[in-house]
Amino acid sequence: MTTTTSAAAPATATSTLDLAGVSRWYGNVVAVNDVSMSLGPGVTGLLGPNGAGKTTLLHMMAGFLAPSRGAVTLDGRPTWRNPAVYRRLGLVSEREAVHSFLTAYEFVLATAKLHKLPDPQAAARRAVAMVELEGAQDRRIGTYSKGMRQRARVAAALVHDPQVLLLDEPFNGMDPRQRLHMMELLHSLGDAGRTILFSSHILEEVEQVSGTVQVMVAGRLAASGDFRTIRRLMTNRPHVFAIRSTDDRALAVALMAEPSVSGVELGRDGLTVRAGDYGAFTRVLPKVALARGVRVRQLIPEDESLESVFSYLVEA
Amino acid sequence: MSTVAWITARGLFGRRRFLLLLPLPVLLVVLAVLSRGLGVAPSDWGPPVLVGLGLAVVLPVVALIVGTGVLGAEIDDGTVVHVLTTPLPRWQIVLPKLAVAAGVTAATVAAPLFAAGLLADSVRLGLALAVAASAGALAYSALFVAASLLTRRPVLLGLVYVLIWEGLLSNVLAGSRVFSIQHYVIALADRLAPTELLHTTVSMPLAAVMIALVSIGFSLLAIDRLRAFSVAGETS
Repeated sequence: MTTTTSAAAPATATSTLDLAGVSRWYGNVVAVNDVSMSLGPGVTGLLGPNGAGKTTLLHMMAGFLAPSRGAVTLDGRPTWRNPAVYRRLGLVSEREAVHSFLTAYEFVLATAKLHKLPDPQAAARRAVAMVELEGAQDRRIGTYSKGMRQRARVAAALVHDPQVLLLDEPFNGMDPRQRLHMMELLHSLGDAGRTILFSSHILEEVEQVSGTVQVMVAGRLAASGDFRTIRRLMTNRPHVFAIRSTDDRALAVALMAEPSVSGVELGRDGLTVRAGDYGAFTRVLPKVALARGVRVRQLIPEDESLESVFSYLVEA
Repeated sequence: MSTVAWITARGLFGRRRFLLLLPLPVLLVVLAVLSRGLGVAPSDWGPPVLVGLGLAVVLPVVALIVGTGVLGAEIDDGTVVHVLTTPLPRWQIVLPKLAVAAGVTAATVAAPLFAAGLLADSVRLGLALAVAASAGALAYSALFVAASLLTRRPVLLGLVYVLIWEGLLSNVLAGSRVFSIQHYVIALADRLAPTELLHTTVSMPLAAVMIALVSIGFSLLAIDRLRAFSVAGETS
């Protein structure tokens, strides 16, 4: 299920970020292991549990880390040791470091000047407006909330109108309204033909923003492609439930007859049920219990952690 | 003024540690005024105050605070990434920062040294000390800006150089003075205003060449290191 999605990109004015067999290790620790992907216009989510190597991968994409092996190129040019890529690439890193002694407008304007834009004032005003920070633009960034600081950094990353925007965990620390606004912003940037990649360890965030997703687990690219396909894989995988009831044995017998159940284990602390289909099992369990006059006291999905979902994907 | 220099200066004066710069120069002037006022012979208080405090402590320590502040502090808190995600050639980042560091250091150190030199001997000695210290400020700044890119602990590395190498070794081993910015500054000042107060075994031409070499060499090193700047390996 490792089909790389390369969007059919028209060569004009859009940019493609390519990773070919990219690995990065620190001593004996492999942080990123042989990742290849091609990112074209649109919004792509980089999904994976903490420690999967998302940040390391993003840093290599953004030219802030040399790949130990393989190549990262933006429109055919390497991103490492090549400051010229920043004409077309913007980065919003996870560390929320900002020059807190500047106001948001000063900060974005300074960035515009560093890019040597022809009209830095206009570019700064446009970028500040894009993230809806006009009302607070003349306050020092040090006085901002976390979400506002994040928006100031996004404005700075957008000031030169880059074709490619990389964001590391952009929704961290945002309230729901700010989150929604950021999602809309990413959508509109993607729809306008820009290549947007953002990382997240939260499934729902990726689901709401991007159609395409790259899933990383333990340094490897575990899956990539359309979000719905991956979501289906995730929901259709075998699930394990721990159940306690008033009559475990009777419930076990009844559940074994259900097609959605693939295995039942009777233990001292209750039942361990393996279900092939999450939805069908959770619908059928109450009916079965009711029919047998058994009361279910406890129902715990045992492996709902994101890590187990991801490791299932790796095996798939 | 370049945008990099502007942000650097704002960052430098915006941080509390800038206040650390003030006590040492003030102490230098106070000691010189006291010595002069109490009628101590300049040959007695000149060497310990001008060299022992002024050139061996005030100049390198101020240069260390400022030099590691212009780039090292931004690397520490991560704000350097904002400057680096621009297409600016890396020398256009290093050189303005170096200029701010050298300029602020020279301005902070030259004035008290001029005052102390004037009180010890003459206007000429005061000017000589100010000029030599400014040249030394450039060399120290280049060293400490480069150190910010070579190690995550530039202040520690700088202190080791100033205290162990310049402070200890070059007093014991005359040969090591060839690699001591402090002795270049002494040689330069002594040549500009010959007095009995300043002594070194380093010759003036060597000092001038070495100051230029250190300044240019470490600037080039810093530019090269910034080209290959890696964000620290946080693998989360």
